[in-house]
Amino acid sequence: MKARLVIIGGGPAGLAAAISAYDEGERDILILEREEVLGGILNQCIHNGFGVHVFKEELTGPEYASRYINEIDNREIRYKLNTTVLSISNDKVISYVNSDDGFIKLEAGAIILACGCRERPRGAINIAGSRPAGIFSAGTAQKLVNIDGLLPGKEVVILGSGDIGLIMARRMTYEGARVKAVIELMPYSSGLNRNIVQCLDDYDIPILYSHTVIDIKGSDRVECITIAQVDEHFTPMLNTAKDIECDTLLLSVGLIPENELAKSLSVSLSPITGGAIVDEKLMTNVDGVFACGNVLHVHDLVDYVSAESILAGKSAVSYLHNSVQDNKAIEIKVKNGLRYVIPQYITVDNDYSEIILRMRVDNVYKKIAINVRLDDEVIISKKKQICTPGEMENINLRSELVEKIKKAANVTVELVKWGE
Amino acid sequence: MKEMICIICPLGCHLSVDDSDSKDIKVTGNNCNRGIAYAKAEIINPLRTVTSIVSVKGGDIKMVSVKTTDQIPKKIIFTALELLKDIEVEAPIYLGDVIIKNICDTGVDFIATKTVLKCNNKSH
Repeated sequence: MKARLVIIGGGPAGLAAAISAYDEGERDILILEREEVLGGILNQCIHNGFGVHVFKEELTGPEYASRYINEIDNREIRYKLNTTVLSISNDKVISYVNSDDGFIKLEAGAIILACGCRERPRGAINIAGSRPAGIFSAGTAQKLVNIDGLLPGKEVVILGSGDIGLIMARRMTYEGARVKAVIELMPYSSGLNRNIVQCLDDYDIPILYSHTVIDIKGSDRVECITIAQVDEHFTPMLNTAKDIECDTLLLSVGLIPENELAKSLSVSLSPITGGAIVDEKLMTNVDGVFACGNVLHVHDLVDYVSAESILAGKSAVSYLHNSVQDNKAIEIKVKNGLRYVIPQYITVDNDYSEIILRMRVDNVYKKIAINVRLDDEVIISKKKQICTPGEMENINLRSELVEKIKKAANVTVELVKWGE
Repeated sequence: MKEMICIICPLGCHLSVDDSDSKDIKVTGNNCNRGIAYAKAEIINPLRTVTSIVSVKGGDIKMVSVKTTDQIPKKIIFTALELLKDIEVEAPIYLGDVIIKNICDTGVDFIATKTVLKCNNKSH
């Protein structure tokens, strides 16, 4: 079996990439989605806040998804549901299974990885204690409540104050559970300010900063958890240990790009983002394999996932029409407070179309500028009142600047204080 | 002088509200006009948008997500949620369908935010 463009994942990234590829003229597109429906994680994100940039209105997750699914159906873009991709070979042969087709090897001309991300589980953060029922990742709890109509528990503690943890604090409260506390390791939350207000303050749910969970007790079911304050090295101070009785612990402790398939393909991954290392066309080190959305780096706003994925779709179509040139690549170095920048490389060629740099800082910084520097020349300086790790930043490089960059020897993105 | 965070959009502007004169509440720190309306309402009668789920009978999925068409008073959130708890809507339900009309006399409805088609008995 063959398909010119295969997109792995039918969530917001895959959908936007498919629509973009179609609008660039490609007609042989196939989306492979492992769930029963398109829409990805948006189907369980029943809260508001999506689409403020793209649609200039505030939508719930399912509403945002349905806009894109309608566009897919209008264009009659093909997709297979209940289809799991098992592996991809280096020459872009995709092995997948579903109960209609059985086991299939599909030759692809170009592949877009849009697989999203998974949640960090308890084992990865080594919380001591027994292993009773009642410990869920926040996203699993969200699926159980919003998709299956089940209540995971009645007396809840949530570890992690990222947006998923905050949203679930409100969700569980709405369904009749008592959320006793949100425990946060850092001295600040990585979630949106509005969520602290509308998910915690509104329901008098306390948030304990600089705390962590150090023990879980209970044999069949969680009975109680022990929390403790942490010091500046994040080491629990045992003299501050306190028990909280509960029957449920929700873990909102980080998202990890889902790159098992990328590994099967020998795609080079960045240890910082957990996603592929890509150039300005979002192509990985494997020719004709692209990545976009949460599989590339974990996003905060789905609007930026859609924007990024439009580029992946365009790039994949361009790849299918043109042979790959063996061009030099310039690494984009990051310094001074920037955790990472996507893309990590820029190819030196004659294409000077606009490049968007997306990045995260590694701490909370006030009154700083994000500078793009070519050797000693600062070509862009974006001033910010405040930058936090929980908010992805972007810098648009116009084509005149892209032309300059492609002729430079060194490109660095860094933070500087105002006035420096 | 009250400090609050606007929840109208994901920006979450830090607002300073001077409500010493209840007829002329002054708001600063907002990036748009909606922040001013939010701050005033927050002092007088806080409002919220509510999202939740409702059981579906005969659909291809079990639950349909719903939202309020506008904000409702924060103090009636749990009363509004009670209205959703014991009802079951019958498939098909289309995105935008009214699930509960005029919640507690507010003129605001709960509408479906997903389309749920009739279960077609596909085996898996």
